[in-house]
Amino acid sequence: MLKNTRWRLVLTLAVVGLSIWAFYPLDKKLNLGLDLKGGVHLVLRVQTDDALRAETETTVERLRDSLTRAGVTFSKLELVDAKSFRIEGVSDDSALRTASAADAESVYDRVSGAGGYTFTMKPNIAVQIGTETVTQALTTIERRVNELGVAEPVIARQGGANLLVELPGVSDVARAKSLISSTAVLQFRLVVDGPFPSQESALEKYNKVLPPDEEVLPGRSEAGGTAGAPTPATGFYVVKKASVVTGNELRSAAQGLDQFNRPAVQFTLKQDAAQRFGTFTSTNIGKPLGIILDKRVMSVATIQDRIVDNGQINGITREEMQNLVITLKSGALPASLTYLEEQTIGPSLGEDSIRSGVTASLVGLGLIVVFMLIYYKLSGVNAIVALVCNLIILLGLMAYVGFTMTLPGIAGFVLTMGIGVDSNVLIFERIKEELDLGRAVRASINAGFSRVFLTLLDTHISALIAAAFLFQFGTGPIRGFALTLTIGLIANLFTSTFVSKTLFELVLGRRQQVAALSI
Amino acid sequence: MRLFKNTNYNFLRWRWHAVALSWVVILAGVVYIATKGLPMGIEFSGGTGVVAQFDREPSVEDVRGALNRHYQFGGQDAIVQSYGEPGSRQVMIRVPQVGAEQGADLAKVSGAIEEALHQEPSLGNATIVGRQIVGPSVGEELTRKGFWAFALSLVFILAYTAFRFQLSFAVGAVVATLHDILVTLAFLAFFQYDMTLNVIAAILTVTGYSTNDTIVIFDRVRENLRSRRRESMNDVINLSINQTLGRTVLTAGATLLTAIALYVFGGEVLRGFSFTMIVGIITGTYSSVFVAAAIVTFWNRAQKRPSAAVTTAPTEASVQKQGRKPRRARAS
Repeated sequence: MLKNTRWRLVLTLAVVGLSIWAFYPLDKKLNLGLDLKGGVHLVLRVQTDDALRAETETTVERLRDSLTRAGVTFSKLELVDAKSFRIEGVSDDSALRTASAADAESVYDRVSGAGGYTFTMKPNIAVQIGTETVTQALTTIERRVNELGVAEPVIARQGGANLLVELPGVSDVARAKSLISSTAVLQFRLVVDGPFPSQESALEKYNKVLPPDEEVLPGRSEAGGTAGAPTPATGFYVVKKASVVTGNELRSAAQGLDQFNRPAVQFTLKQDAAQRFGTFTSTNIGKPLGIILDKRVMSVATIQDRIVDNGQINGITREEMQNLVITLKSGALPASLTYLEEQTIGPSLGEDSIRSGVTASLVGLGLIVVFMLIYYKLSGVNAIVALVCNLIILLGLMAYVGFTMTLPGIAGFVLTMGIGVDSNVLIFERIKEELDLGRAVRASINAGFSRVFLTLLDTHISALIAAAFLFQFGTGPIRGFALTLTIGLIANLFTSTFVSKTLFELVLGRRQQVAALSI
Repeated sequence: MRLFKNTNYNFLRWRWHAVALSWVVILAGVVYIATKGLPMGIEFSGGTGVVAQFDREPSVEDVRGALNRHYQFGGQDAIVQSYGEPGSRQVMIRVPQVGAEQGADLAKVSGAIEEALHQEPSLGNATIVGRQIVGPSVGEELTRKGFWAFALSLVFILAYTAFRFQLSFAVGAVVATLHDILVTLAFLAFFQYDMTLNVIAAILTVTGYSTNDTIVIFDRVRENLRSRRRESMNDVINLSINQTLGRTVLTAGATLLTAIALYVFGGEVLRGFSFTMIVGIITGTYSSVFVAAAIVTFWNRAQKRPSAAVTTAPTEASVQKQGRKPRRARAS
């Protein structure tokens, strides 16, 4: 019996010791959540439709190309929505079938009807493209946030196409947001005509009908520029749809200055893109080339010579330059993002929360201590020791798992004290009952612990069920609360049954006959 | 010290009163919510909320006035309340959403509020120390997720208690829990606390806590049913509630103490949370004693089947004929 007690004591001390080692010193080992540390919390949605639309557009263009080459005519070939397109008035049905089988039918289902065919993206492929888009957006944002130099950011998928981004310690929300959400699609396209003062005037020149491979894009809004330098684009331009190279083919992007000492982004191209760019520029000398970012013409320069692998984007401010380098380096986003939710917590609010959380914890602990000592006298000390062990293990596990403490997490911590003594109350009340029945002290204690154990298991499991769904439901702070409750419950099962029993045995162990129990 | 030593209250005799009282509270809550509404926190309603720090004590009236005069989207729907501890010179301002509030526009409104405050020199210098902007689609999603979290946790608790006890007990536990959720909602409406994420978290915690309490009583009922096969279900339930009464009240008291500590000292953010916990703990304890057991007896009567304990083997039961006499100790 005594040997058994010694082992129990060693195990208890080991667990408590390890826990203290895990969380000491507290301010270094325990991560504080955004609500305590201050920072920016963003929830954004990846517009996966963008990626689907891009896929459909590409397919339509490919099909148009094949049909034109095969000499097939049609009256209409256009997008219905992001996931489907329609072709009507086809001159040669079997040629269309051949072309569409080659170009579209691995991805789209073809349904005939009303003088044509409708192609709809296969559902599993749509889902797959959606998932890929979200994953790609996630990694892109991750790279951008890392470039921004934020310590311990959280970038996580949050069900469906929603992403959660938490940037502790960041106060410049506007910059963070624009950095994260600029799609940064960089393209180099030939400029056909422009600038025009408005979109209408551009279209008028073409009698409102552009050739299918051209489109009108706006330029940068700011005017200005130095004579002789590549013009920062203003107004509207008619540009080719096809891009010679894209931002994904950049090898590097760096901050720099142009020949007029203005901020400019210098970039170099990857090898095969450079080759293509070289051939393209040598055959188009004298024509204007537009650098297009996110469907805006950033600048237009006349191709003077064969350009192989480097270039620059100029006519931008210093801050724009810094942001552009970050976004270009991290690559383009596969789809645009919309913000669903934004929360900024100033550092002072966080400090207030920490202060009130700590005060509430101390007051809660104090109240419990007084309560247990008055009601259970010396046995109350036992319960308090078990409770303190519970809290130590809770903190230790939280620090060890690397889990974040939030304000609701502190609330969970405080509630754990209240719910934690419940187990002790249950056991002690049972011991009292057994004593009332005239049993010996030691037998009563044993009976108290063993009879209540199953009850404790049931109550803990039912509480864990609620905590699990709470975790599933919540984000950030609420998850912190659910986790604290869960770990607290598990630690409590250990301390209230194992540790508390050990303490009783330790006190009563040496004595042969125990006359009375202070309970 | 000993509270409730060897009590013998007839709790089941009061079950009809309890049912009536619960219905009164719940219906009053429904009426209250139907007429005055349950105020929704920003997470559910969408919109913009900012916490502004002033360099001298601001009056809520002045801030409201400044918004009425200068806030470009119309300040009459703004909710202004002082925030944080007294003397912290902080004010919380909430305004409904303007337009779509997506993408880059998301921050427009909070900028407009800041501007409106700066245009009122009498307010002194104001800085925005915290802001929260929630788009319109977030609330719906939260409501859906919250509903499922409640529904599934109730189903799982039902399944678990049915597995560990019997179906009537499981129904009792779940009805009691549902009762606690409704009563808590009623009180949230009476005191007009905002429905926030934290409040939802507190209600889910109450769900677990309330079941916890009920299970302790049921556990004792199960134990007593084994040793007192001759007694009626009602007597056994009454006895079990009495036997565990000390524990029930003590635990509620201890948890209540910590919840009160949170309410008083936990700061503004946790106010609604701790209020919900306080109400939930009280109603959870009440329902464990008065509602859960009553449901078990109603259910058993409705099934027209005497409880399992009474029908089983009379040979064993005759051993413990003496009824209330102390149960024989079982070696453990």
